[in-house]
Amino acid sequence: MPASELLLELADDELVLGWRDSEWTGIAPILEEDVAFSSIAQNEIGHARAVYELAARELGTTADELAFDREPAEYRCAQLVELRFVPDWARTIARHVLYEAADEARVAALKASDDAEVAGLAAKIDREEAYHRIHAQMWAERLAGERRFQDAMEELWPYALGVLPEELRPALGERLGRPLVDAVERGEHTGQLAPLWEEMTMVRRSVPGATW
Amino acid sequence: MVVTEERVREALAEIPDPEIPVISLIDLGVVRDVAVTGVRVRVEFTPTFLGCPALEAMRSAMEEKIRALGAEPEIQVVLDDSWSTDRITPEGREKLRASGFAPPAPRQADAPTLVQLTAQVFRCPYCGSTETRLDNIFGPTPCRSIRYCESCRQPFEQFKTI
Repeated sequence: MPASELLLELADDELVLGWRDSEWTGIAPILEEDVAFSSIAQNEIGHARAVYELAARELGTTADELAFDREPAEYRCAQLVELRFVPDWARTIARHVLYEAADEARVAALKASDDAEVAGLAAKIDREEAYHRIHAQMWAERLAGERRFQDAMEELWPYALGVLPEELRPALGERLGRPLVDAVERGEHTGQLAPLWEEMTMVRRSVPGATW
Repeated sequence: MVVTEERVREALAEIPDPEIPVISLIDLGVVRDVAVTGVRVRVEFTPTFLGCPALEAMRSAMEEKIRALGAEPEIQVVLDDSWSTDRITPEGREKLRASGFAPPAPRQADAPTLVQLTAQVFRCPYCGSTETRLDNIFGPTPCRSIRYCESCRQPFEQFKTI
C-alpha cells in the first residue's frame, strides 16, 4: 500500500473521530468530560491536519482539499469512528478505549517508518495520544463492572479490529483479552458518514475558494 | 538598521503566548531556530500541541514582528518529537509558576502513564505543597491539566509534559 494511503486512513480516522468527539461539547455528563472530549477532539483534528499535510505533499494537493473536498465515498476512515453515539456514554467510552488501543499500535508502527518525517510526526502524535490513553484507561476502570459498557465493548470489538491492518490485529486482541473475530473492514461506510460530511463541509461548500 | 539574529529574538520575545500571555514565545521555547540571510529571516518553530488553535496566531504575530524590523519572514513549522516542554526556559517556568500555572514535569523517555500522573510529585504553584491530586487530565487548552491542592484547597493548572 502506498504511504499516502496509510496516511489518509490515519488522518481520516482522526478527523472523523474528532468530529464525533466534539459532539459532546456542551452536553457531556459532567463538566470535566465536556472539557476532556473537547480537548481530545481538538487534538485529533490537529493530528489529522498534520498528517493530511504530509499526504498532500505526496499527492500534490492541500490538507484542506483532502479534508473537505472529497466525496464521502472517497474517505478511508474505519466504520468505528463514523458511528454517532450521542447521548450514549457507554458506547462512547467503549469506542474511546478500543480506538486508543488500536491507534497506539498503528502509531507505534509509523514511528518505526523509514521516512523520517512520518516517524517524527508519529512520535509527536504518540506523546499527545498518551493523555487520551490515560483518560480512556481511567474510564475503562470506572465502568469495568457495568453491563452496558461490557455490551458496548463486545459490540464494537469487530469494528476496532477494522482500524488496523491485519498484521497488527493479533497483538491488539492479546492486549485487550479478546478473540480474533471477523473485522468490520474499511472500504464500506456506514449510513452515518454522509450526514456528518454534510455538516462538516457545509461552510467550505457554501463559499468555494473562500479564505480567512 | 541591520537585522541580526539577536534583534529578531528580542522582537519575538515581545510576543505573548496567545493563550497564556504571561509568557512569551521565546520563554515557551517554541522558537527552535532563527537564521538571518540578508533581509530574509527564517524561523523554525514547533507548536506545543498539534491541535493548538493558537498556531496561526503565533505564526502571523511572528511574521508581523519580523516585517516591522524591515525583514522578510519565512516561518517554518517543524512537526516532530524533538521539541519537548523541557525547552521552556527557566525564566518561562518561573513566570508560569508565579501566575498559578505549575510548570511541566521533566520528560521521560517514554510517554506518560496513569501511574505517573497519579503517583509523581506535583507541587502547588500557590502554596508549594506537594499534597495535590489530579482532577482532570484536560483543561482549558490541550497543553494543560487541572490539579487540586489539598493544602490550600485551590485548583490549579498543570502544564502537561510533552
